[in-house]
This record gives sequence, structure tokens and C-alpha cells, in this order.
Amino acid sequence: MSGNTNNHLILPISKPTKGAGGKTGSWRVFRPVIIEKKCIKCMMCWMYCPEAAIEVHSRSEVPKINYDYCKGCLVCKEVCPVNAIVSERESE
Amino acid sequence: MGIYDVITGNDAVAWGARLSRVEVIAAYPITPQTTIVEKLAEWVDKGEINARYIAVESEHSAMSAAMGASAAGARAFTATSSQGFLYMFEMISWAAGARTPIVMAVVNRALGPPWNIWSEHTDALMARDTGWIQFWASNNQEALDSIIQAYRVAEDKRVILPAMVMLGGFVLSHTAMPVKIHDQNKVDQYLPPYNPPHYVLNPKLSEPFAYGNILFPWDYVKVRLSIQKAMENSIDVIKRAAREFEEIFGIWHGDLIKEAYTDNAEMLIFALGAVAEQAEATAESLRKNGYKVGVVKVRITRPFPKQEIAKLANKVSHIIVIDRDISFGWDGILAGEIKATLHEYKVDTPVTTKIMGIGGDDILPSHIEKAVKEIYSK
Repeated sequence: MSGNTNNHLILPISKPTKGAGGKTGSWRVFRPVIIEKKCIKCMMCWMYCPEAAIEVHSRSEVPKINYDYCKGCLVCKEVCPVNAIVSERESE
Repeated sequence: MGIYDVITGNDAVAWGARLSRVEVIAAYPITPQTTIVEKLAEWVDKGEINARYIAVESEHSAMSAAMGASAAGARAFTATSSQGFLYMFEMISWAAGARTPIVMAVVNRALGPPWNIWSEHTDALMARDTGWIQFWASNNQEALDSIIQAYRVAEDKRVILPAMVMLGGFVLSHTAMPVKIHDQNKVDQYLPPYNPPHYVLNPKLSEPFAYGNILFPWDYVKVRLSIQKAMENSIDVIKRAAREFEEIFGIWHGDLIKEAYTDNAEMLIFALGAVAEQAEATAESLRKNGYKVGVVKVRITRPFPKQEIAKLANKVSHIIVIDRDISFGWDGILAGEIKATLHEYKVDTPVTTKIMGIGGDDILPSHIEKAVKEIYSK
């Protein structure tokens, strides 16, 4: 929330920052895990992740899931064309 | 000097928007729309005004597009009426919360069912809790002038709220009367270009950001209270806008209210828009017959002119409120607001509500005279 000194103009403005809503990784029930051997680096998981929690630094590397923010929706697992992503139940 | 022309209320509003140099007009062009946006479309098409005209698929989209334009820094305009106004309602509330100083003309027409296209004020009065400033025009000149004044008030940095300008369906909207169309130079002097003091949601001008994301109650309260504060600020802004308008254009429509025959009055009639104009004409003849009746045109319903009304009410022995609207299960809407005001200011003048002209039923001088004489005979 940002405002100026006049209290008649208090504005609900949000600027894009990493994890503005806190570390949403704690919401996860199932954790997606990439099996590196199977990955063909097609970037489908990266493209479909609704939270931009999959990081790709170069086309020659296997994508990395940022577990601080991954909510465990498993869309990545659904879209992976070679079943290189599996899910594991989070322990307590 | 300006020129005089005989034009309808719809054309007067279009002229008000043209002289205000609106930059974006977003409108749904089909029923219940009026010729306001047809006239503007014609001018845009001929290149007579430099504005972008967006023909949208609904009133909900019309207000959304107007909000987008205003948020991006443009002076935005739209117009609607009755059912279209209701269809727009979600975005009407959003426009105030987004602090987009849009001006909208609302041609007041009855709501269905039964289907009815004639004059009634219930539509716009339903929106009195949305955070919009509300002007009521009582004749076509005032309709034109109120559009210009509304931009001046809405865009003032102490306010930054949208404003709607009401005109009675058919009684003003489709009735031609002499109207002075002001010099563009004078209007430019009165109304400078819009310069947003709060934010510009425009990727060419600002870093990316989002407006209106979810807030927890303790922060939500602060944002909503700031709208109330802006409404309170607008009282002085409206008064000053009316005074300066008179200085430049030589026309006085009143500020929050306009008084007529209120000197030594025993009774006051309160009304909105063209109904108040009719009451004023009736009061003139009643005065000649010895009835000390005055009329108060309530020109602004938000912010509500509580102080002004209480002060006038305190001097008289009876008040009649003519409402061309009804809040079912309660009262006439204006009457309800006035009664609450009098209670707050501890004024015990009796108030009689007269609900007249529902669904465009004519309000004749004889109806108003009858209401006055009934009270005199008691």
C-alpha cells in the first residue's frame, strides 16, 4: 500500500517483487521432483508454471524448481511430455 | 463570447464533453443509450474533436474502458441511462476506488419492469454510496456547464474521484432549449489539462505495477476512509469551482444547492434537477398569490449539502420534499437524506414527502400547488 502525505489519497498499489505474498512453498502438499536423467529440456514445465517458480538459467541445464515459492499445483507434472516429473507427499 | 443555439439536453452534454476536451469516449451505443454519444461519435468521425472513441459491447465494458483510459492519464467520458447504468454498477464502484476522475452523464430514466423509458431519478440515486460525486442539472445550460465543472472538481488534487452529471430523461435529454455554447478559450482557462497527481498506469510512462490487489481489513479501511476524506474535501472544491465558473462565464447555477425565493420564506420545497426547476416556476406564481414559498435545488447529492440544508430548514416552519424516486419500504430518497440531516443538526422542522412523477408521469404546477396548499390549510 502506498500513499502520500494527504490522507485523502491512499492507494492500493503493488509493485512486482519476488514473493510479495510471502514464501508460498509452505502451502505445498505434493512436491514435484524433476528426474534429471529423463528431462529433455523442452521447457514446457517452465512455460506452464503459474507461479514462475521454475528457474531456467540456460537451455543446456535441467530446470530447477524453487521450493520456496512452488505451491505444489503439479501442472508441471501434467505437462511434462516424457514423465520426467514425479510427485512426492511432503512430510510434516 | 460564445454562441447561443437551441439544443437538446443530450447535445448540451455532448458540447460540455467537447469543450472539456475529452480524450477518450467509451460507450455502448444501443438502448438505453442516448444521442449524447451519437453526437460525440459524429464529431470524432469528422475530426472535429481529437478523441479516441471506443464502441464497446456493454456498459460494464464502457466503464472498464473509461477506467483504463483515466488510469493511463487521459480525460475519459461516458454516458448511460437506467438499465445500462445498473449493468455498469460493478465498475461504477471500481472507478471510485481506483480514483479515476471520469465524468459520466446519466440520463435519468425509470427502471423495469414494467418496461419504461421515461424520467425518474431512482437509477442514479442507487449509486449514492459508491464514492462518485453527483451533480443534478435542472436545465440544458446547467447540463453543459456541469460537465465542465464536474471535470474541474473530479480532477482536483484534493479530490480525485469520478463524477456523474444527471439530467432528467426526455424532460431535459430530448427537449430543446436555448443554450450558450462557450468559447473554447474560456473553457481552457477554467479547465486545465488533466494532470494525474497520484499514479499513471501506462507502460510508456511508468514502471509496471498493479492497482487494487487484495488488502487485509486494517489496510482496506485506510483506503476506503481516504475516499470519505476526498468527499469531504470536495465540498470546498465544488463551491470554488462554481464561484470561478460564475466569474469567467457569468452564469450561476448554485454550488451544492441553489436557492430561489428563500428570503422570508415560511415553507421550502426541496427537489432535484428539472423537478426543482418546475418547483421554482411554481413558487413564482405561488408567491404572487401570497404563499411565502421558497425552493432549494439540491444540485449535489454526494457530498450531501448537510450544513447548507440544515441552515435553511431552521428558518422555516415546513418543508416539502418532491421525490421523483422511491426507496421501497422507506421513503422518497431525497426526503430520507434530508430528514437524517435535520436530525443530525437538531432541526425539528416537519418534513412532508411528495413522491411524484414516477415513470415519467408529468409533474405539473397544479400538483406542486396542491401540495403547498394542503399544508397551508392545516
